[in-house]
Amino acid sequence: MHNIPLSDKRLRSILDKLTDEERLNFDDGCLLYSSTDLIGKARLADFVRQRKYGKKAFFVYNQHINYTNVCKNNCLFCAFSREEDQEGAFTLSAQEVRVQLEKRLGEPIREIHVVGGVNPSLPFEYYLNLIETIKSLRPDAAVKAFTAVEIDYFSEIAGLSVTETILRLKEAGLSMMPGGGAEVMNDRVRQKLFPRKIGREKWLEVVKTAHLNGLTSNATMLYGHIETIEERVRHLISLRELQDETGGFSAFIPLAFHSKNTGLSHIPSTTAFDDLSNIIAARLMLDNFDHIKAYWVMIGEKLAQLALSFGADDLDGTIIEEKITHMAGATSAKGLTRDEMIHMIKAAGFEPIERDSFYNQVNI
Amino acid sequence: MHHLENIFKKVNSGSRIDADDALILLNHAGILDLADLASLVRKKLHPEPIVTYVVDRNINYTNICKSGCRFCAFYHDSDKAGGYVISEKDLAAKIRETISIGGTQILLQGGLNPTIHFKDYLKMLRFIKDNFEIHIHGFSPPEILFMAEKSSLTITETLTKLMEAGLGSIPGGGAEILVDDVRNQISPNKYLSEQWLDVMRTAHKLGLKTTATMMFGHIETNEHIIEHLIKIRDLQKETGGFTAFIPWTFQPGNTRLEVTEATAVEYLRVLSVSRLVLDNVMNIQASWVTQGEKIAQTALIFGANDLGSTMIEENVVAAAGVKFRLPKGEMIRLIQDAGYEPRQRDCFYNAVETG
Repeated sequence: MHNIPLSDKRLRSILDKLTDEERLNFDDGCLLYSSTDLIGKARLADFVRQRKYGKKAFFVYNQHINYTNVCKNNCLFCAFSREEDQEGAFTLSAQEVRVQLEKRLGEPIREIHVVGGVNPSLPFEYYLNLIETIKSLRPDAAVKAFTAVEIDYFSEIAGLSVTETILRLKEAGLSMMPGGGAEVMNDRVRQKLFPRKIGREKWLEVVKTAHLNGLTSNATMLYGHIETIEERVRHLISLRELQDETGGFSAFIPLAFHSKNTGLSHIPSTTAFDDLSNIIAARLMLDNFDHIKAYWVMIGEKLAQLALSFGADDLDGTIIEEKITHMAGATSAKGLTRDEMIHMIKAAGFEPIERDSFYNQVNI
Repeated sequence: MHHLENIFKKVNSGSRIDADDALILLNHAGILDLADLASLVRKKLHPEPIVTYVVDRNINYTNICKSGCRFCAFYHDSDKAGGYVISEKDLAAKIRETISIGGTQILLQGGLNPTIHFKDYLKMLRFIKDNFEIHIHGFSPPEILFMAEKSSLTITETLTKLMEAGLGSIPGGGAEILVDDVRNQISPNKYLSEQWLDVMRTAHKLGLKTTATMMFGHIETNEHIIEHLIKIRDLQKETGGFTAFIPWTFQPGNTRLEVTEATAVEYLRVLSVSRLVLDNVMNIQASWVTQGEKIAQTALIFGANDLGSTMIEENVVAAAGVKFRLPKGEMIRLIQDAGYEPRQRDCFYNAVETG
């Protein structure tokens, strides 16, 4: 391992720590973002990635349901949300969700990913019913639904504690939470971009509660807007600390900000160097996370494929009809077939492993 | 594996790799190893951390083409619906616009159109030169061969007349894969490898600089790719006339070749092996037109030192349904973000003073 060529000599101390399986600190994290020695950084991330998984690369056969785009949070970075009476606003009834699922009943879908806006006109029963509907049609698929933001809001409208809310959802069939809504866990960023949304403490508390009640979850970070490198690294360290405590996080997914149709449309799109640096930093800083995802919807299929050699071990899902990022101008496909996914992974020199939500291998 | 190590050593010590080495690298080397090796060669040729680009426009003077290549989504058979030959008025307007945004050259290419006579090409060049101060990078080898054939001139005579009329350099298009077995299948009516190379050889000897391209990701094998690279390298040894090499991936949309497009990782592998084999060609261009800006930026660590053209107009790849955009400001941002200094260049890779 010591003969890894590093043009940026400052990376040498990180390599030493990784070799000894020693934890990286805040400064290491900042260096992983700021160093322009992309190949050197990739070597470090790939070293850890290969140590964990060799040439395996995971993906899931999944379906997305965005049940509503009505949202009271009005985050500046969002192109998806609408006011209730605004043109283009939608809320799916249980029947409409049923139709969406029935259209694809012939496909071997293992996971239904469900997220939506914080819609003030929906009662708690709507969400329980939503999950029950999905479960009744797709008893074998895992329902991965509702970010910490949504769950916090449910507890408010239901007049229940977060724990009770989660238990009710679990009873209805919820088995995992997606990682959204964390954005960048930092007050400065929150005040500027998402003042109405829950902040760091609340997000961590809801997720912790979920973990303690037997739900696993993912974690994310929305990067590429106004956040600094230091704020990114602190975000990662916050996640790492919670993971030390609960072990409930399954994967971390860096989310590349797309500015089109948002209140921040002057911000240019993230670059490949930054996208890959985020994968690398996540892989190396989040030493207690099993999986780092390259989310092809946001960084494109091409870069996601390359990211497998920059620390990522998971390409997320086949996904049909992704709405949130595409409304912000994403140019990636709206879905990939299983064959396309497998081809992409093999062409990159990796071994495709189709998985379920809990990273059990699915035999096809 | 042992053999890979030997090849790494060879590259590290500055020795030239042979065709077998190149094939082993393309088939077996890890992608990060390829990045390291390609960066090493790139750095030797370009010690300064500079990435160049050119401001120009593709002008396709006609889309009517008798070749009927199976990989092409651009051509039309005759003057049926959609077929065109550019008018002087449109040509002038396009060039005027190019100059107004700081463009220094036009890439002038078109189909093999039986209704255009050799004198028309000369007239077009003179019209441009009489009215504008702009470099004409034009007519790939198939077009030159077509002109020579129609006018019963030798390649030397054809090129000499074109140069007299204002042709400044030749683009490396039409090379596809320089292996006749492959060409016979994908472009049976187009010229053979040796003819392509011969045009370039003649051009170089007459003092015309050219680029070279390779279109891969269709029916070719890795062996064919290496054969192509070696043919370019051998000719370069002889003439030194190639300024740059541009590999790009076949875009299957709207064509008659049903294949899966080469993936980004395959593109980057070929790009880096190109940098390694073509150690006598100064510049390797990334193809953002086929790869998009993200992979084009990563290409800078896989041996590319040039991002090609801002291309305010591109029609051929767009006809296959692939439409990426890369304005100059964005080009500069990508280069700086990757830790390099952007530099606008002319056709011969000299820096252009930008005001």
